[in-house]
Amino acid sequence: MAIPLAYIARNLWTRRLTTTLTAGELALVVFVFATVLMLDAGLKKTLVSTGEHDNVVVIRKGAETEVQSAIDRNQASIMEMHPSVAIGADGRPLASKEEVVLISLVKISSNKPSNVVIRGVSPTGLGLRPQVKLVAGRMFKAGSSEIIVGSSVAKGFSGTQIGEHLRFAQRDWTVVGTFDAGGSGFDSEIWGDVDQLMQSFRRTSYSSMVVRLAQTNLLDRFKADIDVDPRLADEAKREQAFYSDQSKALSTFINILGFTLSTIFSIAAMITMYASVANRVAEIGTLRALGFKRINVLAAFLVEAMLLALVGGIAGLGCAALMQFASFSTTNFQTFADLSFRFILTPTIVVKTLAFSVTMGLIGGFLPAMRAARMNIVDALRAR
Amino acid sequence: MYLLKLIARNALRHKLRTILTVVGLTTAVLAYGLLNTVVDAWYAGAAAASNARLVTRNAISLVFPLPLSYESRIRGVDGVTLVARSNWFGGIYREPKNFFAQFAVSDNYLDLYPELVLPAQQRSDYLRDRKGCLVGRQLANQFGFKVGDVIPIKGTIYPGTWEFVVRGILDGRDETTITRQLLFHWEYLNETVRKKTPRQADQVGVYVFGVSNPDDAAAISRSVDSVFKNSLAETLTETEQAFQLGFVAMSNQIIAAIRVVSYVVIVIIMAVMANAMAMSARERTVEYATLKALGFGPTFLALLVFGESIAICAIGGSLGILATPPAASLFKQATGGVFPIFNVSVETIELQAACTLAIGLAAAIVPALHAARVRIVEGLRAFG
Amino acid sequence: MSAAPLVEISHVAKSYRRGVQIVPVLTDITLEIGEGDFIALMGPSGSGKSTLLNLIAGIDRPDSGELRVGGLDITRLPEAALAEWRAANVGFIFQFYNLMPVLTAFENIELPLVLTHLTRRERRERVGLVLEMVNLADRMHHYPSELSGGQQQRVAIARALIADPTLIVADEPTGDLDRASAEEVLSMMQRLNMELGKTIIMVTHDAHAAGAAKAIVHLEKGELIDGKFR
Repeated sequence: MAIPLAYIARNLWTRRLTTTLTAGELALVVFVFATVLMLDAGLKKTLVSTGEHDNVVVIRKGAETEVQSAIDRNQASIMEMHPSVAIGADGRPLASKEEVVLISLVKISSNKPSNVVIRGVSPTGLGLRPQVKLVAGRMFKAGSSEIIVGSSVAKGFSGTQIGEHLRFAQRDWTVVGTFDAGGSGFDSEIWGDVDQLMQSFRRTSYSSMVVRLAQTNLLDRFKADIDVDPRLADEAKREQAFYSDQSKALSTFINILGFTLSTIFSIAAMITMYASVANRVAEIGTLRALGFKRINVLAAFLVEAMLLALVGGIAGLGCAALMQFASFSTTNFQTFADLSFRFILTPTIVVKTLAFSVTMGLIGGFLPAMRAARMNIVDALRAR
Repeated sequence: MYLLKLIARNALRHKLRTILTVVGLTTAVLAYGLLNTVVDAWYAGAAAASNARLVTRNAISLVFPLPLSYESRIRGVDGVTLVARSNWFGGIYREPKNFFAQFAVSDNYLDLYPELVLPAQQRSDYLRDRKGCLVGRQLANQFGFKVGDVIPIKGTIYPGTWEFVVRGILDGRDETTITRQLLFHWEYLNETVRKKTPRQADQVGVYVFGVSNPDDAAAISRSVDSVFKNSLAETLTETEQAFQLGFVAMSNQIIAAIRVVSYVVIVIIMAVMANAMAMSARERTVEYATLKALGFGPTFLALLVFGESIAICAIGGSLGILATPPAASLFKQATGGVFPIFNVSVETIELQAACTLAIGLAAAIVPALHAARVRIVEGLRAFG
Repeated sequence: MSAAPLVEISHVAKSYRRGVQIVPVLTDITLEIGEGDFIALMGPSGSGKSTLLNLIAGIDRPDSGELRVGGLDITRLPEAALAEWRAANVGFIFQFYNLMPVLTAFENIELPLVLTHLTRRERRERVGLVLEMVNLADRMHHYPSELSGGQQQRVAIARALIADPTLIVADEPTGDLDRASAEEVLSMMQRLNMELGKTIIMVTHDAHAAGAAKAIVHLEKGELIDGKFR
C-alpha cells in the first residue's frame, strides 16, 4: 500500500523549520545556478543580436577589434564598389565607412572612468542598422558636434542625458538624443557624425566599413575577393559573427566561474538534502514495522525529497527571474570597452534549472532513503 | 584528557554524516579561496604598482596616443626624474588564448622598474640587439622561451608578423612583480612603423616617469596636465597605482558579484554545519543528561559540542586550504592568459582559516546552548 | 540499622507543568532512609516513585519541603554545588544503562573519576578493583554495543560504585533485562548492600525485583501508602 501523499506533505509542514532551512538552501543554490546561466545567455543575446544577418563588417587584417583596425580611403572606395555590395534606393552602394574609438567616461556604479565606444557613422550607416531606433530627442545633424547615446550609456554613465555636454578632443559635444538598439551591443555605444569625429580626432583613415550584401550567399565571394586583392589588407565577417566573436573570452570566463560555483553549490545542497533525510531513519523503521513495504517507504521519501527540491527550485528560479530587471555592465576583455547586458531567462534555462534542482533532490534524498529502507527494521528503530 | 577523547570519538560516530560535512566544508572553503584569488588576481596590477611612478596618457582614452614631442616637455616639469615611453603592443603569440602582455618600451624603462631583475650581461645584449626582447620568468617557464629563441608575434594594432629575439629573462624581485610580460625596443617599433604605416609613427602609448618625491605626486600630475591643456592631445596624469586601479574599476560589477558569492558560500556551509551539529546534539540528549547527573557541568557539555564542531571544521577547512593552490592552477589554465598573476596569497589562506573558525563557532552556538541547558530529568526521558 | 537516618525527607511536594495545567506528582512526602538500607519504591505508573528518586538523587528539586542527605539540605545547594555533591555522593543505575557509546567499558567506569583529582594510575587501580567486583575484567575494552544487556548493566553498576558514593539510586535496573541477567544484577546489588554496606534506593514496578530489597515503600498518586517507614 502506498504511503499517502498527504502524510508526506504533512510531514514537511510539521517539521517546517528544517523544511524551510533545507528548501532555503536549495533555493539559494538554484538561484546562483540560474543567474549564471542567465548572465551568459544575456551576454550571448546582446552580441548575437548585434547587427543584421546580411551586414558584413570589414576590418584590417590582423586586427581583432574595430578600435585596432584602420582602413584608408582608397581601400574603402575600392571595397564599396564590389558587385556583392547592395545598391541603395539612391543608386549608391549600401556601405558605411565608420570611425570607432574609445573615450573615457565616468561610470555611475563605480564613480570611476570606464571606456565607452564612440562610433562615427554616416547616414548610410544608420540605415544599415534598422534595429537602432531613436526613443528620445532627435538625430544628430550632419556636420555638427552633436551626438546620440545608446540607452545603456544614458543609464550607466554621468553627463549623458539629453542637453548635457561631453568634452573630448577639444570640443564640446552635445547629446541630442537617446537610442534603443534592442538590447544589442549598440546600446553601449555613442554615435556621431563620422566626418566630424574624424576631424576632431585628427584621423585620416576609417576604422571599419559595414556593407549590406546584395544577396546573402554573396559573402564568400566578397571575402575571397578582398582577401586576394593586393591593394587591400583587409578581412570581412558577417556583422553578427563579428560581434559575437568579441565576447568569447568574457563568455568563457563567466562560464567557467559559473560551472565551478554550480559544482560547489550542488555538493552543499546534496549534503543538506542527505542530512535532512538521514536523521529520520527511525521513522522509516517505524513505517516499515507498521507494515509498509520497502518500496513504498522509499517512494515516499523520494517524493518528499523531490517536493522539497521542487519548492526550493521554484523559489530560487523566481528570485533569479527578478534579476531580469537588473542590468549588468562590465569591460569586455577583448574590446576593452564597457558592455552592458542583461540577465535573460530563456525556456531552456528554466528547464535546465528545474532539472538540476530535481536531480539534486533525487541524489541527495535518494541515497539515505535507500539506505534506510534496506536496513533491518530493528536496526532502523534503534538508530540514534 | 577525557574531553578531547570524547570529542574525537563523537566526531567519528556517524562516519557518513561526518564525511559529508567535511566534504561540504572542504568545497566551501575551497570555493571561497578560489573566488578570493580571482579577485586578488584582478588587483595584481595595482599590487605591483608604485606610488613613485606616474603614468601620463591621452585624456580621451588609452586608445589615443601621445606625440613623441611630449617627452622632453614632461621631463621639463619640476620634480620629474626619468621619463620612459611605453606602447601597448597587444599582439598574438600563435593563438589568442596564449595571450600575454607585450610592451614596446624605451631603453630607460628598466631603470624605472628596479623590481624587474636582469643580469648585466643580458641587459647589454638586449640593448645591442634592436630586435631583441626581454621575457619575464613566468612567461619563459610557460612557453619554454630561452635566451636566443626567436618569438614570432602577430600584430593586431601594428599589423604584420613581428619577430623578436630573446636576449634576457626578467626575474621579479617581489612576489607581486608581474613577470608574465614581454618587453622590446620602442625604437624598433617606431622605425618599422614609419616604413609600413607612417601615420602610426612617433606616437607613444603612455609615458611612465619617476618623481623625486612621491608625496608630491598629486601636484606634479596636475603640473604635467596643465602643460598640455588646450593642446591637440590633452593628458591625464596619475600615479601608476591609480592607473592600475582604473582598470580594476572597469570590471567592478563582476568583482563585486564574485565577492558576494564568496561570502554566500560561507553562509550556506554554516547553515549545513549548524544543521549537522543540531542533529547530533538532539540525538545525544540522553547522554548529556547522564553526564549532568554524574556531575559534569554545563561548561563541559558546551565544550563537547564546540570542540566537535571546531574539530570537524578544522579537518574540512584544512583540506579546503590544501586543495586551493591546485584548483587555482586548473582555473588559471582554463581561463587562458586573462590574469598575469594568479597566486593564492597568504592573506587568502588566513581568511580561509578565519572563516573555518567562524563556521565552527557559529554552527555550534545553538547546539552547545542546548546541551548546556539540558534539564536532567527531561533529558533522561528523551528518546533522541 | 544506624542511629541517624541517612536520608531525611520532610514534607516534600513536587508538581509538573503540562501546558497550562499544573499536575501534582508528589504531595507531602515525609520519609526516612537509614544508612545501609536497601529500599524498593513501588507503585503504579504515575505514582511519583521516579520523581521521588530523582529528588533524592539531586537531579531535580522539590517545590517545597526539605531533603537532607547525610545531614546536608541539598535543596539549598546552588546548581554547581549540587553537581559536585552528586559526583561525590550518588551512584546512578538507569533502566537503559545510559553508557557513553563512544567509550569502552573501562572508560565508562572511569568517567566519574575524571571529576576528581586522582592521578591516572590511581584511577586505573580503582577501575580494576571495581571491574573485578562485577566480574567484567575480561570485557573492559569492549564498547557498550559489543556487550549484552546484562553486561552493560554491570558496567553501569561499576560506574555507580567507582566514586564510593553514599547513596546508590537505581531506576528500574532490571526493566530491560532477561530473567537470568536480572537475577545477576539483583544479587549483585544485594552483595553491594550487605558486603559493602551501600545504601540503595531502587524504583521498580516488578514485585520480584522488589523482593530483593530489604524493605518496600509503596506510592500511589503521589502519596506514601505505608506512611513513615523505617
